[in-house]
Amino acid sequence: MKIKPLQIIAHIILILGVLLMVVPIWISFASSSHDSVTILTEGMKFHIGDQLARNYNEVLNEKGGWSEEVTAAKMFINSFIMALGIATLKVVISAMSAYALVYYRFKLAVPIFWLIFITLLVPLEVRIFPSYKIVSDLGLTNSYTGLILPLVASATATFFFRQFYKTIPDELLESAKLDGANAWSFFIDFLVPLSKTMIAAMFIFMFVYGYSQYLWPLIMTTAEEYWTVVMGMKIIYTESYEGVALPRTAERFAYIILSMIPPVLVVVFLQKWFIKGLIQTEK
Amino acid sequence: MSFLDLKNVTKIYPNGTKAVHETSLSVDEGEFMVFVGPSGCGKSTLLRMVAGLEDITEGDINLDGKLINEIDPSERDVAMVFQNYALYPHMNVYNNLAYGLKNRGIDKETIEQKVNDAAKLLQISDYLQRKPSMLSGGQRQRVAMGRAIVRNPKIFLFDEPLSNLDAKLRIQMRLEIKKLQQKVGVTSIFVTHDQVEAMTLADRLAVINNGIIEQLGTPIEIYDNPKSLFVAGFIGSPQMNFLDGNIKNKTLSAEGFEIKDIDSDFEGEVKLGIRPEHLSQRENSLINLKVDLVEQLGSDNLVYGRLKDKKDFCYRCPGNLTIEKGADLSLNIENNKYYIFDKSTGKRVN
Ligand SMILES: Nc1ncnc2c1ncn2[C@@H]1O[C@H](COP(=O)(O)OP(=O)(O)OP(=O)(O)O)[C@@H](O)[C@H]1O
Ligand SMILES: [Mg+2]
Repeated sequence: MKIKPLQIIAHIILILGVLLMVVPIWISFASSSHDSVTILTEGMKFHIGDQLARNYNEVLNEKGGWSEEVTAAKMFINSFIMALGIATLKVVISAMSAYALVYYRFKLAVPIFWLIFITLLVPLEVRIFPSYKIVSDLGLTNSYTGLILPLVASATATFFFRQFYKTIPDELLESAKLDGANAWSFFIDFLVPLSKTMIAAMFIFMFVYGYSQYLWPLIMTTAEEYWTVVMGMKIIYTESYEGVALPRTAERFAYIILSMIPPVLVVVFLQKWFIKGLIQTEK
Repeated sequence: MSFLDLKNVTKIYPNGTKAVHETSLSVDEGEFMVFVGPSGCGKSTLLRMVAGLEDITEGDINLDGKLINEIDPSERDVAMVFQNYALYPHMNVYNNLAYGLKNRGIDKETIEQKVNDAAKLLQISDYLQRKPSMLSGGQRQRVAMGRAIVRNPKIFLFDEPLSNLDAKLRIQMRLEIKKLQQKVGVTSIFVTHDQVEAMTLADRLAVINNGIIEQLGTPIEIYDNPKSLFVAGFIGSPQMNFLDGNIKNKTLSAEGFEIKDIDSDFEGEVKLGIRPEHLSQRENSLINLKVDLVEQLGSDNLVYGRLKDKKDFCYRCPGNLTIEKGADLSLNIENNKYYIFDKSTGKRVN
């Protein structure tokens, strides 16, 4: 096979893109395996050092915070629970509300849809005080429920599910009805399997969205046991100056690398579904 | 009361379209009923009301002695084959057939038994593990049939199930459907706009026009004895020839010829209908045809030409006669098989 110049250029661009993405991650990883003194004196590293296990162990298990009790491991778990809860509920609620909007042809379906759509203009950051007031009145501050609940409605996902359901031919519903399917079984037996690519994609986006929340958990949590990864990032940065003479740069890199793992795992785990759905058009 | 009974059924869509007008119809158990009519005449609407997929605006539908107007489609025990099959794309063939049975809470072994039997009957046993997207048009058609058969429903409804197939496969599937229906013996309603399909499949035929059943009867009755201009023109291929005419004192004068002593007391403007196959060549006959074009089908020739005043006309003759373009033919109406319709109402008058 002859390689065309255009292909070479395309590949160069792609390779540059990959490098742009991967090199910073690699530098962070490599730097996280040296000790902080080396990094501070010699700059960031490209090769792996000998402090890998020590740094990661320290980051994961060292107790910090004012109470000297919260560990990074705990923060990872918190963020994971929060992101998982948000992503799962967002997908479930949006899929179900889109189902209602498309298949139950009640009069207000269109106005209700637009009402849902308009909420895109008021993200959580805009309504953060009223949201906080409600959540605290409900006594949900410092709880996973409080972290998750205000974020579970999603106009974007509802919109995508609605557009997808609209492309499903009416005959499918009719023939399912004649086969004895009721409203619930049509949703479970047809819409869910037909939209599994969509579900996987939405889950990934929503997981990352939930994982990267900063302002909401910051306001919501006073107890350190509910701190999240993104909050921790700021905390370990400032904290390292107190008492210790040297900034703990290497540990910070280790923390950053660790914080990337949960979203990456989700993508890796779901991409099989994702790609399967893309190459096998079933509709 | 017969097995399926429609009484004064009317359908008005929310946008005001009146698709079916006060239609009454009975279908006997085991009968193969065909609805035929031009596009938009309301055939599908009528069928979908039987299935429960459309609300009935007025009238009653009884199935097996039970009023089903308000019964949910899932409870009616009817099966439908759609034009585009509507197979479940994410389920393999086995599950496509089994789904309706599962919903009825039938146990696994019985389901397997039934699905395998139906698959064998339709010769799709080899594809049970495939998804519908991996099947040919004819195979999908069979799966759709299998999904209907496997449940052993009270009635089969077919909405133009053959129109997506190529001509040859259509004829083959048409035969198979007929055979299958005779074997299984389930009451069936088949919707089509193809009159050949209608004639070959039906035990009885309902010719529908503008939301009204124009005529109901066996295919031969309808062919031999059309009650209206519409039915006469719709059933039969090639189409019946129509000539303008006038009746006075039992004498019909049409374009350039007269028929005396007709069997009708009607007076006034009429349409005279003559089927192309009811003509034969004979010296000094009524109709003089100047030949424009001959289509040779092998067994038959279709001769197209003009009468005196340029009216298009078709004559069907045996394939062994050679007829040249430009020839003048003298044609006789065999056995006086002609049809006279009131021009204003379209009703048959002889
Ligand atoms: N959902 C609907 N809303 C409004 N009018 C409709 C609807 N469905 C059908 N109609 C109208 O009702 C009439 C009958 O439609 P129907 O689908 O029964 O025709 P059909 O005989 O099945 O035609 P075809 O052979 O093209 O399928 C048509 O004039 C059509 O435009
Ligand atoms: Mg139709």
